[in-house]
Amino acid sequence: MIAEAFENREPQGSKQLILDRLRGRAVPSDGLPEVDPGRLIKFDDRIRQFQETLEFVGGESHLVDSPEQVREILEGIDAFSSADRIASTYPEAIEPTVDLAKVSDPHLLSSLGWTIARGEFAIAENGAIWIDGATLPHRVMIFIAQYLAIVVSRSQIVDHMHDAYARIGAPRPGFGVFVSGPSKTADIEQSLVLGAHGCRKLQVFLTP
Amino acid sequence: MSIALPIVDHPQAAKDFVNNVPRSHWHDDSLWFVRTKRDRQAQSLPEWEYLRETASAIKRHTIANLPDYLQEFEANAIRMGAVVHWAADAAEHNEIVLGLLRKNKTHRIIKSKSMLTEECGLNEFLIDNGIDVVDTDLGERIVQLRGETPSHIVLPAIHIKKEEVGETFHQHLGTRKGEADPQVLTEAARGHLRGKFLEGEVGITGVNFGIAETGGIVVCTNEGNADLGVSLPRIHIACMGIEKLVPRFENLAVFTRLLARSATGQPITSYTSHFHGPRDENSELHIVLVDNGRSRIRDSDTFRDALNCIRCGACMNTCPVYRRSGGHSYQATVPGPIGSVLGPTKDMKAHKSLPYACSLCGSCTDVCPVKIPLHHQLLAWRSELVGKRLLAWNKRVGMKAASWLFRHPRLFFTAGYTARVALKYLPKSLTHNRLNEWAIDRDLPDPPKQSFRAWYAQNRNVAKPEQPE
Repeated sequence: MIAEAFENREPQGSKQLILDRLRGRAVPSDGLPEVDPGRLIKFDDRIRQFQETLEFVGGESHLVDSPEQVREILEGIDAFSSADRIASTYPEAIEPTVDLAKVSDPHLLSSLGWTIARGEFAIAENGAIWIDGATLPHRVMIFIAQYLAIVVSRSQIVDHMHDAYARIGAPRPGFGVFVSGPSKTADIEQSLVLGAHGCRKLQVFLTP
Repeated sequence: MSIALPIVDHPQAAKDFVNNVPRSHWHDDSLWFVRTKRDRQAQSLPEWEYLRETASAIKRHTIANLPDYLQEFEANAIRMGAVVHWAADAAEHNEIVLGLLRKNKTHRIIKSKSMLTEECGLNEFLIDNGIDVVDTDLGERIVQLRGETPSHIVLPAIHIKKEEVGETFHQHLGTRKGEADPQVLTEAARGHLRGKFLEGEVGITGVNFGIAETGGIVVCTNEGNADLGVSLPRIHIACMGIEKLVPRFENLAVFTRLLARSATGQPITSYTSHFHGPRDENSELHIVLVDNGRSRIRDSDTFRDALNCIRCGACMNTCPVYRRSGGHSYQATVPGPIGSVLGPTKDMKAHKSLPYACSLCGSCTDVCPVKIPLHHQLLAWRSELVGKRLLAWNKRVGMKAASWLFRHPRLFFTAGYTARVALKYLPKSLTHNRLNEWAIDRDLPDPPKQSFRAWYAQNRNVAKPEQPE
């Protein structure tokens, strides 16, 4: 029915057509609601809430006081100590074995074993961490590595998503992602399997 | 799908599924499990109802002011470096995507889940035009390999048993025959799809939210397939229904809190990716804005709120009809309560039985995170269908006869008397034959000895007694 009405249109004609259709029917509306911060959940202990929620979504967290501690914990993980190709934007703890600056094509990161990345802040209510794409030489490193570790300051944990978006402010051109737990699927009979297409496990290090 | 579908009779289409009792119960239990997880998440937030109200108000405001927000979105998306295309219908959407692929001489597509592209029949269209399309969401890949369509908008393979997935993977991916361990099967799919990701020349995704204020788009997944799929190739095509907009960046907070909690009972999806413009100066981000009937739904005061939908699937997980009859019985891109509202807006005649695939229990309305009055809309569809004379003839004749009977007290009395006597003496083979569909799975109660009016006259000392029995 619609297809007939829109036949023989000019290139770019559909934009005007759609807008005209929409403007042809004025719909009364109330204003855009503002969220009242007083009605939103607050956690007494945001660090604990974050850790518990992260565990619930399949991630692991560690309270650490120094970059050395991050290294020690990672070296105690078999999948890390046996990994060849490691990308890191946190060289204080882990020196990368892959020089991201020299990688011109993201496809070359296909055999990446680990990625150690920095998170800007974390969210208590859902165990998510915000990663700013501007800190990533290649955004694929977050998704293609077999294992992912994120380092974020435990002083930078907000209660909920409202505070999270307020904290990001006005987005610049580019990319950003909330990561909450490892990649997962339950598409086969609702059985939860960690490690769908992205990382198999997620380690989060909470620094001072 | 855009192609004209035959008229679907929901009870007929559901028959095989419902008659397989163990399977129907298994399906029912799987979805109720998801509904229970949703409840736990919803109850964990004291502001849950406040969030639903706010989300609904934001969406209603956005849909009312849609032309302004669309223009704001387009201007900001261009400012961020994206290319914006407008498609009035499914055919134009498909042509735009094919045009982009041809222009870039590309043939291998990696795709993440998008109900919009399902609605437009994009996969079939591209495959007919010699393009290799790989669905990367595990559930969608399973149904793609089996030559089926998704039976649920969030859990596309919810109707398939792990043994059947094992058989499909044995045939297509070479897994061991008889393998049915979800862990092993998922690992096999991971390996198989890694290769496809690396070969892909263009990544196609849907859009969960577009932001008018910033010109950005948000894509939510648990598997990380959309994110991986657009971080490797140079070109990202994002297909987006015009109703997916939110006005401001901060509005995302409300919707990212509601979406995964309502859908699968998670506090948020594993990955919530925000794209503002293309990856770098050598890359391209194309956003295709699609109407395909949405502006017409917006015209209707009764059905406009259906455009609030964020495609979480909560209404299907809770629907007693959906849970027992399976998604394919709706024979529409979107099944369940919201699909039964949207289906007839596309083609009233083809989907005329869907508003009746509903007991009007109202559970869908109770769980909808954006407060679409789903069961009211389904009821409203029924009166539209009656008005358009699209009701099945047996229902139409039956209703007319009942209406006439109720308007004639004497006849009503006689009919009641006759029925009471007849039911006492008629053999069951006559009352429970195949013509009486109602009685196929039900038994009639014993006929009462007297009518209610007679009983009332006898027991409640009324001045004017009814005619004697």
